Amino acid sequence: MDARAHPWLRLVCAGLAACALASARGADIPDTIGQRMQPCMVCHGPEGRATTQGFFPRIAGKPAAYLYHQLIAFREGRRSNSTMAYFVDHMTDAYLQEIADYFAGLDLPHPPPRPAQATPTQLARGETLVRHGDRALGVPACAACHGVTLTGALPAIPSVLGLPREYLMLQFGSWRVGVRRALAPDCMGQIVSRLAPQDLNDVAAWLASQPVPANAAPAAQITRPLPLPCGSDPH
Amino acid sequence: MRAVARFAIVLLALLLIAGTLVWWLNVRGEEPIDASQAEPAATPEQVQRGAYLARVGNCSACHTERGGAPYAGGKGIPTPFGTVYASNLTPDLKTGIGSWDAAHFWRAMHHGRSKDGRLLYPAFPYQSFTLITRADSDALHAFLRSQAPVAQPNRPHELRFPYHLQAALAVWRALFFAPRTFERQANQADAWNRGAYLVRGLGHCDACHAPRNIFGATRAAIELSGGLIADQHWYAPSLADGGEAGVTDWPLDDVVQLMGRGRSPRGSAMGPMAEVVFRSTQHWTDADLRAMAIYLQSLPHRAPTPPAARQATPEALELGQRLYAHECARCHGERGEGQGPYPALVNHRTVTMGPHTNLVRVILNGGFPPTTAGNARPFGMPSLLLGDNEVAAIASYVRSAWGHQAPAVTALEVRDLR
Repeated sequence: MDARAHPWLRLVCAGLAACALASARGADIPDTIGQRMQPCMVCHGPEGRATTQGFFPRIAGKPAAYLYHQLIAFREGRRSNSTMAYFVDHMTDAYLQEIADYFAGLDLPHPPPRPAQATPTQLARGETLVRHGDRALGVPACAACHGVTLTGALPAIPSVLGLPREYLMLQFGSWRVGVRRALAPDCMGQIVSRLAPQDLNDVAAWLASQPVPANAAPAAQITRPLPLPCGSDPH
Repeated sequence: MRAVARFAIVLLALLLIAGTLVWWLNVRGEEPIDASQAEPAATPEQVQRGAYLARVGNCSACHTERGGAPYAGGKGIPTPFGTVYASNLTPDLKTGIGSWDAAHFWRAMHHGRSKDGRLLYPAFPYQSFTLITRADSDALHAFLRSQAPVAQPNRPHELRFPYHLQAALAVWRALFFAPRTFERQANQADAWNRGAYLVRGLGHCDACHAPRNIFGATRAAIELSGGLIADQHWYAPSLADGGEAGVTDWPLDDVVQLMGRGRSPRGSAMGPMAEVVFRSTQHWTDADLRAMAIYLQSLPHRAPTPPAARQATPEALELGQRLYAHECARCHGERGEGQGPYPALVNHRTVTMGPHTNLVRVILNGGFPPTTAGNARPFGMPSLLLGDNEVAAIASYVRSAWGHQAPAVTALEVRDLR
């Protein structure tokens, strides 16, 4: 090319060269947040829809504020998982927010629940606690905060359906021994401490056995004030 | 009988001399601290300068607990001798350094001795910090004093016998520590001198990048020649070896990018180095990053050690090749050529260097480079949920493919790194 070519021509040539270079390197790697989050999918399943491994929760479609709180909690040690801590340790709040927004925005079908692993009596006790709570124990219904359909409420209350029993039990246990803590006041920590292990087991068994309704989006509105003050709920 | 008595007297005298010597070696060069003298108030410039220096020295890496108040201490530092707990550096009067004068702080930084006279454990890297200037020490002190006081008592160290004894520490210090002053090399440029001051002083790079002897002391004779990080299962590669992490033949800009953004055309900061970049070096001024790079490029360059040829079995290599095609090629390319944000593995030093620790750790744990202003949305590597045999096969394959000649990795070695 003539060194004295028109500046516009030179610009176009430079642009074409840059495009050619870009296509030679990394053409198949989309510059998206989804591609960036590929490491998460190994445990949380394709697009965060969960796998058949019981200890890893579905993250797709959870409220963004909930997911963001959890990512911060792993970084700050209010939740304890060495893999999660290792991944988020050197991430800024802004990136964690983008990650939370990405998974929250995914609307994917749910697989049918696995068969219940409990007796009818246990499942009945579980359902009662979920729908009505236990006044004597000072335990509100799960539905009072997590919604009548139990699919959560905006901005920060997660769905409790579509989660494996093992994962639910692990969370209840973590709250009981203090290795999972929500922002103060930790309403879930209080509720879990008021329930006997068998009650928690029944609740987890019943929740895990329920199908997820077709519209599983978190509710936009829920009756407030909540039965217990929760630090994660900004209202 | 007289012989025994004479022997006892001689022994006692020798002990006394040795004790005196150890005592003298521990306090040599210290000036008395005059507590009656009021200190001049810190200037805003000093506080600002101290805030920058605290990041350069990465004080928060140890002195801030996960989720804890900044600089309030409490984090456990694992060492081969037990766990040392970082202390509270906030200006709380009872539990922090609220009662410390700048002179006390200087004694800690330069001499490794606390305000109450106790000898400090060298997990606090005063072997390096001893080189910083009094002005920098005073600025750090001024910055820490400007923080909000946090009442958080220091947690006692959990060290095994005899390491928990001050006497043992005194002997260690007599053998391995002497307060030093940074000496400018007149025949070197200002930037080189600044880089040397940062790397060897406040940056305390040798805390990880230098080998340690069985007493846990860094061996200064072989500067920054690489070392295993105690109890972390990561290897801090040699900065004086072109086959490891030496940068003599790197463009200066690549070094600056790696330290300033956590990512460079030649690789990313992962593992403990991701933390260093995230908390410390990404906040360095461009001039300081360049000074560091200039100094690192000048380190005596040693030819890469030819690795011992340890071959994997043909079966292992075949398994490794198959797994590579299935697990790795989509991002790193069929022939390890890399794609877009995913680094090439051909001639990547984490793949080819003698010690296999970091390669295995990255295959086992994956990870993200740090989020920095220059790389705000990093791509990451998944943890490959594979068995020891499979990980060893992949590692051995990439260490022998594409013209590489690094020794194979065994399943047992992988298991040791989990």
